[in-house]
Amino acid sequence: MHQRSHIYGIMGEFREPQELLHAVEKIREAGYRRVNAYSPFPVEGLSEALGLKRNMVPFICLLGGLVGGVGGFFFQYWAAAITYPQNIGGRPLNSWPAFIPVTFEMTILGASLAAVFGMLALNKLPQPHHPVFNVHRFVHATSDRFFVCIEAKDPKFHLPECARLLEQVHARHIAEVSDD
Amino acid sequence: MSASQPPFDSPEIRRLTPVLGPGHTYGSVTDKISSIVLTRPTSLGWYIGFLISFGLTGVLTVAIGWLVTKGVGIWGINIPIGWGFAIVNFVWWIGIGHAGTLISAILFLLNQKWRTSINRFAEAMTLFAVACAGIFPLIHTGRPWMAFYMFPYPSTMGLWPQFRSPLIWDVFAVSTYGTVSLMFWFVGLIPDLATLRDRATEKHMKIIYGMLSMGWRGSARHWHRYQSAYLLLAGLATPLVLSVHTVVSFDFAIAIVPGWHTTVFPPYFVAGAIYSGFAMVLSIAIPLRKAYGLEDFITMRHLDNMAKVMLATGLIVAYGYFFEFFLSLYSGNKFDVFLVNQRLHGPYAPFYYSLILCNILLPQSLWSYKLRHNVPFLFIMSIIVNIGMWLERFVIVVISLTRDFTPSAWGRYTPTVWDWATFIGTIGMFVMLLFLFVRVLPAISIAEMSELVSETSEDGK
Amino acid sequence: MPRSSMDLATVRAKLQSKTGKQYWRTLEELADNPEFAELLHREFPRQAPSEWDDSVDRRDFLKLMAASLAFAGLAGCGRTSEQYIVPYVKQPDGMTLGKPQFYATAMPFGADAIGLLVESHEGRPTKIEGNPDHPSSLGATNVFAQASVLNLYDPDRAQTVTKFGEIQTWSLFVESAQAMAAAMKASNGEGFRILTGIITSPTLAAQIQSLLTLFPKAKWHQWEPALGDGTREGAKLAFGSYLNTVYRPEKAEVILSLDSDFLGSGPGHIRYAREFSRRRKLNGPSDTMNRLYVAEPTPSVTGATADQRLPLRATEIELFARALAAKLGLGGSATLPPAGEKWLEAVAKDLQSHKGASLVVAGEQQPAEVHALAHAMNAALGNVGTTLYYTQPVEQRPVNHLDSLRGLCSDIYDGKVETLLIVGVNPVYTAPHDFDFASKIKFDLEKKSKRVKNTIYVGSHFDETAELCDWHVAESHYLETWGDARSFDGTLSVIQPLIAPLYRTHSAREALAAFGDKPGTSDYDALRARLSADELTIGVDDNWRKWLNDGLVAGSAFAPVGAVLKFSPASLPAAKTTPATDIEFIFRPDPCVYDGRFANNGWLQELPKPVTKLTWDNAALVSPKSAQTLELAHHVAWRGGEHGKVYSNVIDIALSESKVTAAAWTVPGQADGVVVLPLGYGRKKAGYTGTNKGFNAYAVRTSDALWTASAPASVIKKTGEDYPLACTQYHFNMEGRQILATGTLEEYRKSPNFANEHAELPPKELSLYKGEAEFPYHRDKWAMAIDLNKCNGCNACVVACQSENNIPVVGKDQVMRGREMHWIRIDRYYEKAKSATNDPSSYDESLFNPPTFFQPVPCQQCENAPCEQVCPVGATLHSAEGLNDMTYNRCIGTRYCSNNCPYKVRRFNFLRFQDWETPQLKLLRNPEVTVRSRGVMEKCTYCVQRINNARIESEKYNAPIHDGAIVTACEQACPTEAIVFGNANDPNSRVAQLKAQQRNYTLLGELNARPRTTYLAAVRNPNPELESA
Repeated sequence: MHQRSHIYGIMGEFREPQELLHAVEKIREAGYRRVNAYSPFPVEGLSEALGLKRNMVPFICLLGGLVGGVGGFFFQYWAAAITYPQNIGGRPLNSWPAFIPVTFEMTILGASLAAVFGMLALNKLPQPHHPVFNVHRFVHATSDRFFVCIEAKDPKFHLPECARLLEQVHARHIAEVSDD
Repeated sequence: MSASQPPFDSPEIRRLTPVLGPGHTYGSVTDKISSIVLTRPTSLGWYIGFLISFGLTGVLTVAIGWLVTKGVGIWGINIPIGWGFAIVNFVWWIGIGHAGTLISAILFLLNQKWRTSINRFAEAMTLFAVACAGIFPLIHTGRPWMAFYMFPYPSTMGLWPQFRSPLIWDVFAVSTYGTVSLMFWFVGLIPDLATLRDRATEKHMKIIYGMLSMGWRGSARHWHRYQSAYLLLAGLATPLVLSVHTVVSFDFAIAIVPGWHTTVFPPYFVAGAIYSGFAMVLSIAIPLRKAYGLEDFITMRHLDNMAKVMLATGLIVAYGYFFEFFLSLYSGNKFDVFLVNQRLHGPYAPFYYSLILCNILLPQSLWSYKLRHNVPFLFIMSIIVNIGMWLERFVIVVISLTRDFTPSAWGRYTPTVWDWATFIGTIGMFVMLLFLFVRVLPAISIAEMSELVSETSEDGK
Repeated sequence: MPRSSMDLATVRAKLQSKTGKQYWRTLEELADNPEFAELLHREFPRQAPSEWDDSVDRRDFLKLMAASLAFAGLAGCGRTSEQYIVPYVKQPDGMTLGKPQFYATAMPFGADAIGLLVESHEGRPTKIEGNPDHPSSLGATNVFAQASVLNLYDPDRAQTVTKFGEIQTWSLFVESAQAMAAAMKASNGEGFRILTGIITSPTLAAQIQSLLTLFPKAKWHQWEPALGDGTREGAKLAFGSYLNTVYRPEKAEVILSLDSDFLGSGPGHIRYAREFSRRRKLNGPSDTMNRLYVAEPTPSVTGATADQRLPLRATEIELFARALAAKLGLGGSATLPPAGEKWLEAVAKDLQSHKGASLVVAGEQQPAEVHALAHAMNAALGNVGTTLYYTQPVEQRPVNHLDSLRGLCSDIYDGKVETLLIVGVNPVYTAPHDFDFASKIKFDLEKKSKRVKNTIYVGSHFDETAELCDWHVAESHYLETWGDARSFDGTLSVIQPLIAPLYRTHSAREALAAFGDKPGTSDYDALRARLSADELTIGVDDNWRKWLNDGLVAGSAFAPVGAVLKFSPASLPAAKTTPATDIEFIFRPDPCVYDGRFANNGWLQELPKPVTKLTWDNAALVSPKSAQTLELAHHVAWRGGEHGKVYSNVIDIALSESKVTAAAWTVPGQADGVVVLPLGYGRKKAGYTGTNKGFNAYAVRTSDALWTASAPASVIKKTGEDYPLACTQYHFNMEGRQILATGTLEEYRKSPNFANEHAELPPKELSLYKGEAEFPYHRDKWAMAIDLNKCNGCNACVVACQSENNIPVVGKDQVMRGREMHWIRIDRYYEKAKSATNDPSSYDESLFNPPTFFQPVPCQQCENAPCEQVCPVGATLHSAEGLNDMTYNRCIGTRYCSNNCPYKVRRFNFLRFQDWETPQLKLLRNPEVTVRSRGVMEKCTYCVQRINNARIESEKYNAPIHDGAIVTACEQACPTEAIVFGNANDPNSRVAQLKAQQRNYTLLGELNARPRTTYLAAVRNPNPELESA
């Protein structure tokens, strides 16, 4: 058992997204929960197979949009009507119709920034190193191979059993993922 | 090629996969696209092209240097024509910058698969076009070193920008558009950068692409959030891209100058932008697919579709021209009516007629299937449309200003050599950036292409 | 213009090789070097930057100049004389630093002296204003008076005495003058000749007289190139002696001008314009107006103001006068051109029905006969004593100038002249070319001799004459000297200096005195001595301060003299006429550079001429029809275009064994078969600004045809070349827009609101911000009203504004690019003109004699200013008093405001137009107005600096600003009181009352910009009989 502490998990490699999906389903049926999959492109149905819930990105995006829009308008109002009121061509201090375009742009800007940086934050990116990179075949994960990884943190994790399970789902290669 | 796959050359497959040439696997797609960047030797043509465009960028630098030394007086502008080439080029470039985001955002939302192979460099083109456009509002001011007054920063005098001015709206619209397009483009690039990282052979390449890809490893959980973020960006970029040229059109529509003060401007500016944008995408895509043998990825289907979009938007623009005239005449406003006459019979009439020729008459040829599938013809047509759209901006900006309310103040405008140098210089800069782009980044989205492969192969089942 | 082949390095090298002492001599030497001369006479005026491609050289060159002038320029500061120049240890009485002081003085000009108040900042005269107490100006000025302050600081002024171009000291000059005098004493001054212009200064005349008594055989000649002898000789012909005529247009109901521009030029014209405009004042439909008939060959401001105008050839004017005299029963007869017949009837009737309240004015350039006829008619109409009166001449010694100069020339030719003293005139340039004055005085290389042993020239510039004379005494500016002068009605005006001479210059009187027995006397003493000698002005010591304060000797105007007519039109010999097929070439002083004396004045060079709107050049003016027959055309350039650059056919005019090459320009309303050759251009040696501009009309002006020459059309030949002319307003058609509201008196009486009948003013509730409270302007609400019924387009306001507001001169090239900087422009429109351009190709009858109107356009100070809304940085915004303010240091120069300005009154510093190097020009600046640099927008501010001064005063005494306390520069200069500025909130202010009139209308009111500047419609009073035709 002492090796276990050095193990991040065990990884199986597949050639086709369908194989990957099938494998993930089987592994989940076997009761493993700390499972993750890696693919060069988003595989349809994979999230459901892994049982991922709705993520936070849309909410963060909405928040950003609100901050941008409300902030944008009231900043203009404050600048034009409160802190330095000036008679510009006889227009009223609060020429709100003229403030709409900037308000709109600020909404979009806030929302987009929130969406992108929210996504990166939730994904904990940038993250230069990760144990899966230790698997030398993992370089194909970004071009034409598909991987599933049962992580050691999983309470049910037991190396030989996981290996056997991966064989059952026809993994082309099986590799231990060491933790360092 | 795994035996589990049906042969790609079977007719129904070819019918079903018209946006991707036959015989491709994830591997082959990845190899082909990434090889342009990683393995392929840099061709002599690339060097020549790059050097020429680099030289033109030098011209731009000189022109701007002299401008800052002497003042905008080196240009042809005067009273009453306070805006000349600078604003014409600004609007033109911004317009071109619309296609990229449009393709990647709107077509994405509409789930148009054919966009996949063109959106990457279309987005890049957008960024570069916006970069070119951004130069002009800055340097056209009399005191460029004071241009930062246009940004809302806490100054010691407690002054803020004047938010009723369309120019301030421009500042926000263009900078927002630039930022969002950049994020959109970069987010799309992340997986491909990871691919390059993993496929690169030299160490320094690995390091550079490794840094850029931020440790992306294609984790399903990441893809999960990534996809919603990308979708949201697309959703946000769509109204944004429409708003940007609307705001640009406000520069004119909000002013009271006859020929500017028109409610029809926002929609037809946007249509015009898409029009010129797609023309520019074609002008780039056609040489690109030829040079790097990407005919399988950028297929006739793409060219055909883009030609159709051009045709459609071209018709909207024609409608815009018509209604500009109709409203002027219908309103009976003597200044507007006079301006219509000026466009048709005034000193600048030839520009107006050539504009009609380039933007409305010639593009009608795109109704013909044969011509749409004649690549050289498409290329020429795309260039013509770009010229036409430039003329449109010239007509709007200059002709309107030469003949406004007070006849005693009427004048004329002719660009000087410095106007031309600045314009051609930005074109040089644009092309130079494109050359750099195709050399160091995947011009086509690897991840999305692979996705396409998988989907098509499923269809194959 | 080709780049000079000689670079600055060489020049500098040459200069450094010399010591400072020889500096000027060095420059003169260099000037002989063609490249350097070329460098000197670059296209651009000193104040303006040259074209971007060669301005580097120019800047260096200016630095060289500046270096040489710095000491002189600075030494000039302060009114105390140089040796006392110290910082104000003890402040002079009555001076508060930062507060301008005003001194009364006068500008001698032709047979007139214009009474002035000069604004002085810490001892620097900066701005010329009219002296309200002075009869010749009544507080107004003209372009020449306004611009004369720039002459004072003209860096090209001669700065010291020179002999053969080498620097000499004044004392050396006095010594040699004394030596010459001593030599002449023996022969009683046989061979001593003095040549001057018109002298109205008693002191100067007395000085000359003392010389004449000292040298009994000496002779005094006079030559004034731009004032005709007709006026003088006409009086002699009519009354047997020289008399001065003073008009009272205010008293006249009907005025007939026989080719007289009495509102725009000539003695007393400022006063006449003021009086005339008072009779154009309309408070309501019931008011009456005078009626002005003008018969003239080429449009003048007077002609443009006329109710009834008849284009006649110059010689036909005399025919018309004779015929009219006959009609009025004075005998004589003449056959008229058919055009005049109907007119004659109407005019005669009108004049006769207004006996005693009519006035006939003959033009300066018309022959004596016309003047005599005018005198006769005025007498017959009983106008003498009511609408005009006669006085003794204001000229100290009236003579026939042509004969006088001819006499001098023949004497020189006969070798009778030994010493020639030329004072203040430039005969080498202005003398009739058949006199060939240059060859009379210049060193003959064949004979190795000079006809005149000693030639001494007293002049402000080292010009054409100075070049050929042995001695050149640099003459002081009138703002640097003590003196006196009589104005058009004889009023004795006192000239007091505003500043010690900037350079080693001396007054004409001092130069003359150098030859006399008391060479040392100062102008000051001479003036006081002269005044005390005058029986009219007893008690100098008691009145001295008052005279200086008033700028004139009260009650010194000449009393009317009875004039007995000794002349009957019947006795006149047959009039000399021009064959119908021939072309008449007429010479006229230029409205901007006059006879050439103002050629080096950048303000006047860049000033658009009232009718043609040309700048920096003169052109041969032809009527549209003649242009068509001669196949002369313009075409608008693509750069600048209608607002700047027009290419014009170049023609050769071969006249009287001489030839000029000129650009042709068509002028609607000019008589057919007449070509106008404006004088004053084509200077060869005027200075940096004025040299080689336009063509020299003097070159074809001969003594036998001084004002009108006739020749067959064949003398005009097209060279086939085109010449670019800088024209600030080429487009004169209103395109059916209500830019100008005009009507006849009848129309006005029928519908007093005619000006606003067709205005489409949008209703107030038509607003995006309906219900929003509008900005209140509680305290003061500055506004301006411009009465188009009074404005005669004389341009005084334009120069006044340029002087008050430190407006730069940009140079011909920039004007041609449409970048002139005038804050107020005067638009000229031809009513009913059909064709959009005045190309001969598009010639039609509507251009034969179109009603002409002028419209001064400053910033309209809109309450809903379109410019403010679009400024991204809020650099232009509204003050609490509703001024449309420009914040120069906030402006980043997007020019969006200018694009959005419907009136196009905003001006942009496209390049660095302001001259920051030349030290003299620094002295000129108005310290109360920011000097703008490159890249910022500027425009009319309603002279906000004057408003603020008044505001400060009012707050000091906690009193409201009373109406008239603030006078803008344009309003101040206006001779016709057409511009009125004031507080629109005060119902009793003049401006409020004008705006209350029904004639009041808003320029482009349909745009709802709500300008503070409004216009009062022009009302003309044509003769119904002539209109019915």
